[in-house]
Parts: sequence; C-alpha cells; structure tokens
Amino acid sequence: MPTLTKPISGWGRYPVQSCELERPERYADLHPNTDTLIARGQGRSYGDASLNENGRVILTERIDRMLELDVKQGILRAEAGVTLADILPVIVKQGWFLPVTPGTKFVSLGGCVAADVHGKNHHHDGSFGEHVLGIELILADGSRKACSATENSDLYWATVGGMGLTGIIGEVTLKLIPIQTAQMMVRHHAANNLEQLFQLLQDPAVDDHYSVAWIDCLATGDQLGRGVAMFGHHASSSEFTGANPLVSKPKRKRSLPFDFPSWALNPLTISAFNKLYYYRESRKKSPFLTDYDSYFYPLDAIGEWNRMYGKRGFVQYQCVIPEGNALAGMTALLKELSGSRRSSFLAVLKRFGAEGKGLLSFPMPGYTLALDLPIRDKGLFSLLEKLDHIVLQHGGRVYLAKDARISAESFRAMYPRYTEWLKVKQVIDPSNRFSSSLARRLEIGCLHIGGDAK
Amino acid sequence: MSENILILGATSAIARGTAAAFAARGDNLYLASRDVEELQRIAADLQVRYGVKVYYGSFDAADTDTHPAFFHSVLKEMQELNGVVLAFGLLGDQQAAREFSVAEKIIASNFTGAVSILSICANYFEPLKRGFIIGISSVAGDRGRQSNYVYGAAKGGLSLYLQGLRNRLFPSGVRVVTIKPGFVDTAMTFGLPGLFLVASPQNIGKQIVQTLSKSADIVYLPGFWRFIMLIIKHVPEVVFKRMKM
Repeated sequence: MPTLTKPISGWGRYPVQSCELERPERYADLHPNTDTLIARGQGRSYGDASLNENGRVILTERIDRMLELDVKQGILRAEAGVTLADILPVIVKQGWFLPVTPGTKFVSLGGCVAADVHGKNHHHDGSFGEHVLGIELILADGSRKACSATENSDLYWATVGGMGLTGIIGEVTLKLIPIQTAQMMVRHHAANNLEQLFQLLQDPAVDDHYSVAWIDCLATGDQLGRGVAMFGHHASSSEFTGANPLVSKPKRKRSLPFDFPSWALNPLTISAFNKLYYYRESRKKSPFLTDYDSYFYPLDAIGEWNRMYGKRGFVQYQCVIPEGNALAGMTALLKELSGSRRSSFLAVLKRFGAEGKGLLSFPMPGYTLALDLPIRDKGLFSLLEKLDHIVLQHGGRVYLAKDARISAESFRAMYPRYTEWLKVKQVIDPSNRFSSSLARRLEIGCLHIGGDAK
Repeated sequence: MSENILILGATSAIARGTAAAFAARGDNLYLASRDVEELQRIAADLQVRYGVKVYYGSFDAADTDTHPAFFHSVLKEMQELNGVVLAFGLLGDQQAAREFSVAEKIIASNFTGAVSILSICANYFEPLKRGFIIGISSVAGDRGRQSNYVYGAAKGGLSLYLQGLRNRLFPSGVRVVTIKPGFVDTAMTFGLPGLFLVASPQNIGKQIVQTLSKSADIVYLPGFWRFIMLIIKHVPEVVFKRMKM
C-alpha cells in the first residue's frame, strides 16, 4: 500500500510531527502492516493521540460506510471512519439522534469510542461507550474480533477510552435515541460567581437533558467564575409545531482562510469578547427554540477555527475534579489562571455523572472544566504544570484526547485503572504494535517499565 | 423519474463518488466489481444514505467470456437499464510492465475488457434508441510517457474506442461521454510526489453526473486539465522524447 510521509498534528496544531500515512480504501485493507501504528479518524483529538512520530498512521477516513440502519429500533451499524456529520442528516430525518455527542460533529465514530467522548448529557446518560452495542476490533495479527459489554468485555472496556491502543476499531454498532423534532428547547441562567454556577448545575429544579456552563474566566474577585448555565432538551412535537419537524436546514459553512497573527487574541480582545458574550447570553432567560446544529455544534459553523490561535497552535486543557472537591479545585484553577495573565478564549464547565467502565475513560462524578490556551511562549507549559498539580491534589484527571503535555507520572496518578488496562493490553497486543506519540510520552503499554506489570 | 444505472468497477474512489451522485438524485444502482465484500459495504451505505435500491454482483473485466452472462444477470435484477458507467482500471507497475505478461494484464483490464463489456452495452442500447455510456478513460491516454505508457496506451485505445462508439450510436440517440480525470485523490495517486490541485472523488463524481445535463462529449476533470493536456499534446516529439515524464 502506498504511503505518504508528512508532518501532521491534532486539532490543537501542537505538536507537529512527521508521520508515515497510509489510507486504505477497502475494509479488507484495514489491518496492521508495520511494527508500530495508530489509527487516525478525523484528527480531532487535540494533542498527540493520533500521531505516531516517524511511524505509521492509518487514516480511516475512507472506511466510512453506513452498513445498516434499523429505523424501528434505532440501531446504526457503520464503519469507524464515518463522521457524525455524515450520520446526523440520515438519522435525524428518521426521528433518531446520537445518544451522546461531543462539541463537534466532524469526528469519526471510531474516535468517539477510542476517546469515550462525553456530551452535555453526561450527568444523565454517561459517555459514548455506554451506548455502543458492539464493535469490530482489528487486532495486531490482522484478525477481527467482536467485542461489547457482554462479549469479550475486558477487551471492550479497554478499547472504550483506550485511545486506539488495543487495535483498529473497524465497525461500531450504536443505539440511537428517539426525537420528535430536529429542534432544541433551550434556557439560559446567568450566575454571578462560581458557587452560584455550581448550584445551578446541580439544582434538579432547573436541570434538563443537556446542561453546560460557559465561564468568563477574566472575571476576578467576587465575580470569579461568573458565567451562564445553558440547559436544553430535544423539543417535543408540542413545543415545536412548525411544518416538517424533523427537517433541519443545512447551514452555510464559513472558514477561516488564514492563520490569525499571534497577537490577535490578547487579554484585551478576549476580555471584550467575554463581556459581550456574558451580557448577550445572560439575557436569554426565557426558553427559546434553536436547531440542533446551532445548539450542539456552534463552532462547526466556522471551519478551521483552530487557525484563530495562530501558527503556534493551542492547548485545550480539560480536567475533571471529583464532586466533593470540585468547588475548591475549580476556584484554585481559575485563580491560578487569572493570576498568570493568560486568558482562555473559551472556558466551559460541565457536570459529570457516574463513572463508566472504560478503564482509561476520562469522566468521573464531579465537574469538568475546559480551557483553550494559545501557545505564545514556553511559560504556558509551566502554568499548565501548576494546573496539573492542583488537579492531582483534588483527586482529578486530565482528558487524554485533549492532552499534549502531561507527564507519565501524572498519568499514572490520574488513571488508577491503568494497571487493569495494561493486563488486557499485554494479552491482546503483547509486542505493543498499537502505539502513538501520546502512548510513548505517557509510557502507556511500554513493556520495559518495571513497576507497571504487577 | 429514477433511472437504473450499472456501474462497472464500482469499488474505486471515483466510482463511489459517481454512485453517490446518482443515488443522490434518486437513481437505482447495480454495482459490479471483483471484490464482493467491498461491494456489499458500498451498496449498504448508498441504501442507508439515499434510500435507493442498490444491487451488486461479481464482475471481472479481464474475464471476457463471463461478460454476456453477467450482463444478463444485471438485466434480470433491474429489468431495464438507462445508463452504464465504466469506471474500472488497472494502473499496474510500469517497471514490471516491461515484461509482456504484466503488460498484457494491464491491457486486458483497461482495454480488452472494456471493449468486451461496452460492446454488449452498446448492442443493448442501440435498438432501444436511448441510454448513455460514460467511459472513464485517463489523461494518460492522450500522450505516451515513459512513466506509464502501457496503461496510457490501453486508456488511449479506450478513448478512441469510445469516440468511435459515440459516432456509431449518435443516430440512435445513445449518448457516449468520455471522461478524462487528471489528478484525483484516490488510492492510485495517494503518496505520489509532485501532485498539485488534487480533486476529491466526491466532487469528480458529481461533475461526472452533471455532464449528462450538458452536451460535451469529451470531458476533462477537473476542467483545467483540458489546458494542461492541450500544452502537453502540442510539445513537438523531438523535444518530448528528451523529457523525463
């Protein structure tokens, strides 16, 4: 199979590494050909999860066929390379929706399993892997293995959130959820500080199917953590009475045609944006209807929005802190951030529900915070180490799909189920063929580390 | 009104793009290729995405003896056909094709096999006085170059065959279109050095279907390849033979 060697990166555009790309077009060609490899769907993980420096990267983008849609039961079987953007128009018009969706639809189905992605409904429905009825995994020797919560379940829960390190995900069978309309019913509630925001997110009286909060991370003092909590659910046919309730007009997509200069996002412009956003969004107190695209995927309307952060790229720092420590931990994180004179253009807070069974899955009961931080200089990395320290102190963890820089030690402290995961890995891929730049940085699956294989 | 379309060599990226464009306008399809596992996947996908009927069956371009029975089985499934797209092709390895046994395979697939199945299709459409044949040839067939002249010769032969067929079928109202793709982002070109302005197979597929509502007979895709090939065809042979192409 022909290969193409070129520098690639994840969505954060950091790091950039030379990889040897292979792009199979037939399902039968989706198998390991080299000693070390990692599958890459749409390259929407932020850091080095889909990179394999100087090694093979298998692009799954052409293995993207939808194989079966049961419109009565709401079950979709598809190849792992298909994107949520391709799936949505097909299922929505039949009255079905994704059980869990991340903040972009330009991700592959395989990527959703490998990162065990979560959505705004995690506090009710858990993460992606809990809605998958089964997968076909292509193993190191090229054989295909069916796995699910009931069949080869050890391997299944090592693959859900396993960052592609157990094999190539070939097919995914997904249980969909029924919807009556393609519209969302949304309410916004403003909060003057972090404590109020937490109260809003855990108040059963205001809660809804989906919830998320946006934080103005430039507000300080009494207003630290002020923001807007946004609640929503799929509008019922009595809430949306328009014609063709399951039809959603395709949006025109605009793209950033060039990289912003690195000074374009500075504390002044970010602060202005955040203030404007706060006043605009906090005014939407009464419920309003919006289409699912604008609700779930606002940033998808701007193609290549990652270019906003300039050539040097950015780091998305997403961590979770367990329930009891969350308010103290988040306060410490936001204080550290505002003290650093660095600001995040977007800061998103979300409540998580119960922990799933994925051995390397990110979510745990508590609160997750995501920050977009442009890389302007090396100082950012020492700030991020301080944030890691706060997260660890409060018993939390950093999301591997977003990460580009935590240490192998932090990883082990954050993911205590790693030793269980490693046992599965050592059986299914004893020569560690499935490896990535992330895996080597975090020393995941490396056989030479003595302490791991207890 | 939805039409019935036969796609020969349906597993290639351009064929997939073309099949999707036909399915998007509501046409029913018969997909043919040697790789039946792959056909089954492509057929299922088109059914799920576009809600059209998609049949598929095994077809080997080089095995010309089986072509009449194959065409018969297509008609048995679809009752009637409105159009045929010939999308199969074998690039082969030019270095290896210095041996006749290899060159013969390239010619058998790209030229002999194409003539065999298109003869059957032409004889089917001619008395009906309707229908279309879209043949996907190649810019490589416009001028012989050392890097792929066996493939080029076979595709050049196909281009001439399509031209003659167009001339023969014109009075019967059967449309014959020759498509000459330049650089398209397919398995054939992935990783090749020196590619520029590569088109996506989905886009090429849409444009192939659009040619049916236009009058052109020979279509370069993307369109600017007409000008590139115009220049390449007009380089004098005394100069051309010295070039490394």
